[in-house]
This record gives sequence, C-alpha cells and structure tokens, in this order.
Amino acid sequence: MSASHIYTAYDEELKYLMRRITEMGGLAEQMVADSVRALVNSDAALAQKVISDDVIMDAAEREIGDKAIITIARRQPVAADLREIIGALRIANDLERVGDLGKSNAKRVMAIQATGVPRKLARGLEHLSELALIQLKEVLDVYTTRSAEKAKSIRDRDEEIDAMYTSLFRELLTYMMEDPRNITSCTHLLFCAKNIERIGDHATNIAETIYYMATGDQPEGERPKDDLTSSFGAITE
Amino acid sequence: MNVLSDAAVEKALEQKMTEVDYKMIGQDVSVYYGEKRALFDVNLNVRKNTVTALIGPSGCGKSTFLRCLNRMNDTIASCRVTGKITLDGMDIYDPSIDVVELRARVGMVFQKPNPFPKSIYENIAYGPRIHGLARSKADLDQIVEGSLQKAGLWNEVKDRLQESGTGLSGGQQQRLCIARAVAVSPEVILMDEPCSALDPIATAKVEELIHELRANFTIVIVTHSMQQAARVSQRTAMFHLGLLVEENDTDKMFTNPDDQRTQDYIMGRFG
Repeated sequence: MSASHIYTAYDEELKYLMRRITEMGGLAEQMVADSVRALVNSDAALAQKVISDDVIMDAAEREIGDKAIITIARRQPVAADLREIIGALRIANDLERVGDLGKSNAKRVMAIQATGVPRKLARGLEHLSELALIQLKEVLDVYTTRSAEKAKSIRDRDEEIDAMYTSLFRELLTYMMEDPRNITSCTHLLFCAKNIERIGDHATNIAETIYYMATGDQPEGERPKDDLTSSFGAITE
Repeated sequence: MNVLSDAAVEKALEQKMTEVDYKMIGQDVSVYYGEKRALFDVNLNVRKNTVTALIGPSGCGKSTFLRCLNRMNDTIASCRVTGKITLDGMDIYDPSIDVVELRARVGMVFQKPNPFPKSIYENIAYGPRIHGLARSKADLDQIVEGSLQKAGLWNEVKDRLQESGTGLSGGQQQRLCIARAVAVSPEVILMDEPCSALDPIATAKVEELIHELRANFTIVIVTHSMQQAARVSQRTAMFHLGLLVEENDTDKMFTNPDDQRTQDYIMGRFG
C-alpha cells in the first residue's frame, strides 16, 4: 500500500473500517457453516445461535455505514481512499445479506426436523455449502491483500456453485416425484440450496467490488453463469 | 416550558456541565463598530481540550467573536463589546484583569505568518523572557526546544536556531508562530484562518499539529474552509450576519445539521 496520510487519524478511520469488515466476514463464514450443519443434523440449538448471530451482523452493517458516512463528510476522500470507503459500504451490504441467507436456512431446521434430511441430499447440500464457503473465505483473504488478479479469478469461479446448485435442484425434483410425502421437506431444502447459491453470488459481488477498489475498473467480460434451473420445464416420466 | 421536555433536560445537563467541561463561556455577546452592530447576542461555550471551528460566509462575525476571546478588539478604537465572556468562570472584562496576562493565557495565531525579524531562537524565547517564565538560559533553551518539538518543527530547524525566522518557508513560518504561541504555556489557542496562506501539504501538517495540540490546549479556529472545519474540529459553530445560527458536534453538523441555513451553507446552496 502507498504511504500513510499526513493526518494519522484518517489512516485510523480507514483501518477501523477494514477491521470491522474483516470481523463481519468471519461471522458470516461461521453462520453459513453453522446453518448447514444445523440443517443436516437437525440441530435446533445451533439453528437458534445462527438466528441470534444475525442481529450482530445487522448492527455491524449499520455501524459501518454510519462510520463510512462520517469519514466521507470529514475527509472528502478522493481516488483510492474514496473507492476504499465506497467498497466497504458495498461489502458490508453483501455480508449482511449473507447473514440473512444463513439465518433463513437456520429457520427451516424446525420445518425439516420431522422428516430429517436424506443422506444423499445432505451430502449434496454440504458440498454446495463447502464451495460457497471456499468462495467466501478466499474473497475475504483478497480483501486484505487487494490482489486484482485473485479477485478476478474468484469472480470467474462462480459457475461451479451454479452448476452444483443445478444438479441439486434436479435431485430434489426427483425425490419429490418419487414420493409426495417428501414434497414439504424437499421444498424447504430447495430454498436452502437457493440461499446457498445466493451466498456464492454475494461472494462474487464482493470479489468484483475488491477488483474495483484495487483498479478503479470493473472486471472484463460477463460474469460466468451456469444456473440453468430457470429453463427447466415440467419433467415427464 | 414543560419541565420534562427534551429541551428542558438538555438545558439542565448543559448547566450541570458548566463547571467541568467549558473553558470559556460567551453570554449574550454583542459587538459594535461605532454605530454598526457586528454581533447579535451570541451565546457560545468553548469546551476544554476541544477544537471548536467557527465557520460562516465573509463578514458574518466569526473573526470578530474570536478577537473577543482575548480582548484583541480592545486595540480597535471604535469597537465596543457587551455581554459576558468568562475564562474558567472568571470574567475577562473584569477591571482587575491584566490584559497582557490574559493574552498569555489565551494566545493567538494569525492568518499571515508573522515571525519576528529575529532569529528562530529569539522568536520563541521572547515571550517567556518577557513573562519571566525562565530562570536561566538552560530553562529558556528547554522552553525553546519543547515549543519547537510541540509544533513539529524541531528536527527541521535544530541546527539553525540562530538563522532568521523570516528565512523559513510559509508553512514553517506558521508552525514557528504556533511554537511561539505555545512557548508562553497558554491554556487556549485562538487561530484566525491559520492555513489560508499555505499550500496543501503545509496545511495538512498544521492540521495534524492542531489535532495533536488538542490534548494539552483548548483551540478555537476561524476558517473559511468548511472542509477544514470538518477535518480538524470536534465542535463547529456557524455564524451568519452577526448571528450564531448553530453550534453542534462537527460530525452531526456535516452529516445532518439542525438548521436549514446551516445545511444550505455547507452544501453550497445559496440564495
């Protein structure tokens, strides 16, 4: 990074924002991992923890927003400093959404408790969430290193999660057709899978924001997408 | 007034804080230049160890108010000040007050750097010597070094203390003037647009210095740059046509001021 500001307080303010984002990111990772474990193991206590963790995420996003606005009013930032602060606002927003999605999954634990989650589907869900967690973890690392290259490569990997989600979608439809008693729990699991796919999207958003913070540009080319589920028609036997 | 209203509670809290937090208090301060009235019943409290910025358009009375705080207005023949101004609870216009001593306790730094046409050493030593603050040459040396350290100038001038103060760059001269003000151990430092004549880097250094000085001094700064007020102060007071329009926490002032006139001014929406 370049030399420090003459105003030491300015550097402190920017560092504080960075630190809070990193803390939010850590909590987001934990919530995603916990929510999937709660689903797979029907763990109501763990689900409750995720739900209450979301309150912390919401408060953190508001606090980062307030601090960013005050820093803008005080310092009239330009160039890299301005991108830094705007980037922090966007990333806080994406992380808060990740928290919400984790909470949404945790809330469904009760609904699925009666029937539980079939082994095969559980594995699929775990695999999907592992991919999303890797995206999230790596993008939070790039937030500290600010490598434009790495940010771009993370962003280009979003299609892996989409492909995994598409195949899980197909499986859930099959389960539902096999036995109508599965429909309720499979519908919940479908929402959960969609939520995890959205978490992957938010991680990709963060990667694009970091690329912008580092270079001042958007990454080239369309973001690769592989979610084909919108084109699925009725499946006949 | 409803005793339980928010305004009543706030006023009670403010009054409770009077003894502890306020270094200087201005009550119903009005200033007249001959027949012309420049300030209208200004009530403004200056908090201890805080930077208070006075902002407002040209001619609004901010510099006039600043000059009341160390009775510099006394030097203007046609100027008349009414109301009450206290320093640590003591009326500064009380007949028993020694104005020279007051101006050592409430120092001033001006817009245009004005070092004495003496050596750097002498610039700093002059005040303490006159006020009898040093018993020996060693004491004086210590005061000079300490003041230059506090002003962030020591490393740049320690090997040329005998050179003329006027030979320094603009930014260095202003920091020399700040060191000179600091040398007589004031409690309050008044600054009248101290960075107007300086380039951006010199300005940044002076502002960083103001930030550091706050720990040991109370500072009031007049500035026509709102951005400077936002950067450097914790409290901001906005003046307009001789009236105090709003006095507030700086962060609040620049994100969500209470008064519409303040909002218009800082946003640059005039007329």
